[in-house]
Amino acid sequence: MLPDNVVQHGQRVLTICNACRYCEQYCPVFPALEKRRTFAATDLTYLANLCHNCGECLYACQFAPPHEFGVNVPSLLAEVRTRSYEEYAWPPALGRSFRRHGFRTGLAALAAVFSLLLLAAIADGQAIVSADGSAGFYAVIPHGAMVTTFGAASIFVLIALSISGARFWRDANAATTARGPGVGSAVRDALTLRHLHASGQDCTSNLEVRMPWRRWCHHCTFYGFMLCFASTTVAAIYHGVFGWHAPYAYTSLPVLLGAAGGFGLLVGPLGLAALRQTRDPALGDDESGGLDGLFLALLFLTSLTGLALLALRHSQAMGVLLLVHLAVVLVLLLTLPYGKFVHALYRFLALIRYHREGG
Amino acid sequence: MQEIPSYDVAVVGGGNAALCAAIAARRAGASVVVLERAPRDFRGGNSRHTRNFRCLHNSPGQYLTGMYTGDEFLSDLRSVNGGDIDESLARIAIQQSATCPDWMAREGVRFQAALHGTLQLGRTNLFFLGGGKALMNSYYASAERLGIDVFYEAEVVDLRVANGVFESVDVQTAGRARTIRAAAVVIASGGFEANLDWLRDVWGEVADNFIVRGTPYNTGVPLKRLLEAGAQSIGDPRECHAIAVDARAPKFDGGIVTRLDCIPFGIVVNSHGHRFYDEGEDVWPKRYAIWGKLIARQPGQIAYSIVDAKVADKFMPSVYPPIVAHSIGELARLLALPPETLEATVETFNRSVRPGTLNLSALDGCRTEGLSPDKTHWAQHLDTPPYWAYPLRPGITFTYLGLKVDTHTRVLMSDGQPSANVYAAGEVMAGNILLKGYLAGFGMTIGTVFGRIAGEEASRHAAR
Repeated sequence: MLPDNVVQHGQRVLTICNACRYCEQYCPVFPALEKRRTFAATDLTYLANLCHNCGECLYACQFAPPHEFGVNVPSLLAEVRTRSYEEYAWPPALGRSFRRHGFRTGLAALAAVFSLLLLAAIADGQAIVSADGSAGFYAVIPHGAMVTTFGAASIFVLIALSISGARFWRDANAATTARGPGVGSAVRDALTLRHLHASGQDCTSNLEVRMPWRRWCHHCTFYGFMLCFASTTVAAIYHGVFGWHAPYAYTSLPVLLGAAGGFGLLVGPLGLAALRQTRDPALGDDESGGLDGLFLALLFLTSLTGLALLALRHSQAMGVLLLVHLAVVLVLLLTLPYGKFVHALYRFLALIRYHREGG
Repeated sequence: MQEIPSYDVAVVGGGNAALCAAIAARRAGASVVVLERAPRDFRGGNSRHTRNFRCLHNSPGQYLTGMYTGDEFLSDLRSVNGGDIDESLARIAIQQSATCPDWMAREGVRFQAALHGTLQLGRTNLFFLGGGKALMNSYYASAERLGIDVFYEAEVVDLRVANGVFESVDVQTAGRARTIRAAAVVIASGGFEANLDWLRDVWGEVADNFIVRGTPYNTGVPLKRLLEAGAQSIGDPRECHAIAVDARAPKFDGGIVTRLDCIPFGIVVNSHGHRFYDEGEDVWPKRYAIWGKLIARQPGQIAYSIVDAKVADKFMPSVYPPIVAHSIGELARLLALPPETLEATVETFNRSVRPGTLNLSALDGCRTEGLSPDKTHWAQHLDTPPYWAYPLRPGITFTYLGLKVDTHTRVLMSDGQPSANVYAAGEVMAGNILLKGYLAGFGMTIGTVFGRIAGEEASRHAAR
């Protein structure tokens, strides 16, 4: 649970907001807080996951520091949000571990997974460097081994995220089914990032500086991710249903989808990481820097290694590249429940609750 | 003393009127300097705490409902003011208010629909997205883009005005004294509501118990210097806008969140435990601004609003928690009021409540009979614990004493002639239009309209 001092601080700040209400048309956080008079830890968690940390409400606040009321909603909610990622992570021990180590843990995991894959391949007598790629990916890692490893990892991640989401949903004090009114609006909000330009213009990225880059980079990342996911799914259908084995032609659907998604995943994470460097520290979002950075780095590396593999799949480097790519993807997959990815889950659930409460 | 290059127009002040004047003067071609007394974080005067402005419109807009004609606007002004207004200036404010939104939007100001709980203003008042500080941020950003020099923490020490002609202004910035020369000056430095000594001169010791709702930087020094230099004053120094604020509010700058809207929902007693005014005289937006002065006349300038559990969730939440008790006697002890008197006050009040159907959104028939004073609407038995109390003090928003101006915003000197190059805009000349009473958002209308006029006129003068 949130520490008492954070809850008390949140209660004090949001009570001031509730008596002021000047910010109510910036984003959903303010209409949502106006629906209550007291703010328990679970209310703070819900509000924190509605917040995009844009900063409009800080710059507009006549009670912002150095005013003695010291109202800084983005920084308050950033702290609560980071704590909620840890609190709802499952299994809890892993959540804590990733929060403590972040970036370094990720790199260590990457090295470990790569070594394991390499050792397994060597031990299995696979052709890692000898081939010119003509033997295909499954000469390096047999298809069965690939499916077993990634299938098991996916199932674990799905279970972890489901448990996290269910616990968040329970604490958000709403109905336990995700179907029903509110889902449609939440989907629309999520797909359009509507609240990153809720007030008609783009949100601020600094005092009186309104640029579309954060929204565009996020769109590149999100749709890039989805295209890559679609590419993998199509490839799985090709393999399983039609018996068409990878590697596929440059003009095939999996390659086209993957290349387009890969491009998005190069540009988007790079842009988001660059934008993070220029963020106003007063917004208080630096605590999740490690998690955020790891997630962005893994997305970027997934794309980079994937595209490199595509370009060099007929060269001698293919075997090593494939192992690196698979290691990156596996680590990305395994860290999804313990990094910035979870914001997609919690924000989506928070948006559903927001729309259920009447928006 | 350091001399810095002279400007066409110097603007004294850093709130809405000042920035409108500076931007209008710059856009008219003048070189402009803004002398803001506050540090950057607290720039914007009392405009920081505002949220909307009243504006004429003949058809519904994106954010304004219905229409608000010049005639209705003028009659609203007359009704709050007892008819005592300068019509020539009032008409300018009203007519030109219609052109403000487009002008403001060009300077980066954004708007929003009427805030939750203020829907009664949705037809007459245009709300700034994010409120007055966001508005001021937009204006300062625009000023920066236009190449206007802004000095923060620039305290005016002296204004040199001889025979009605402004020569220079001495300011203290970051510990350094500077003399700034300009061909014309716009005074937009607000009233003197944050000058505790001046308030004490006017109100006596009573003033020590006032809470200043806005900026601590409105000390009225430029106003005083001009009056000393022979400018004509307008308005009664005692006239001010003052509301009931929570007595636990900070001495300065508590802004909007310290006000209390619970008065019509219960009773208000003084430190003797007696009621002293009709809490249900009229709908709250029309009456909230009389309560500051009502409380100022009570012993110790303190009063207590008491409501019961039936209405506890009916008013805007306050930033301070209510003082809660399960009996009137216990509440009296928590508030250090005489328990027998307070119990008697409540008992007599409850006995005098006539039957009626409560309707909090209209002048209903729920009243007391036979009390002095009666509560004429929304009177309900105060009988459902827990009882909530809020301590109240007078919260002063602004003062009306100002500089008399002509329709070009030129300051009039004691001989009745306008100054050659001293202009005034905003709160410092609002008394020309309103000598007392207030219409929500009208101060920002005055600041925007006369700020623009003053800036254009000053620029024109400088070009001559």
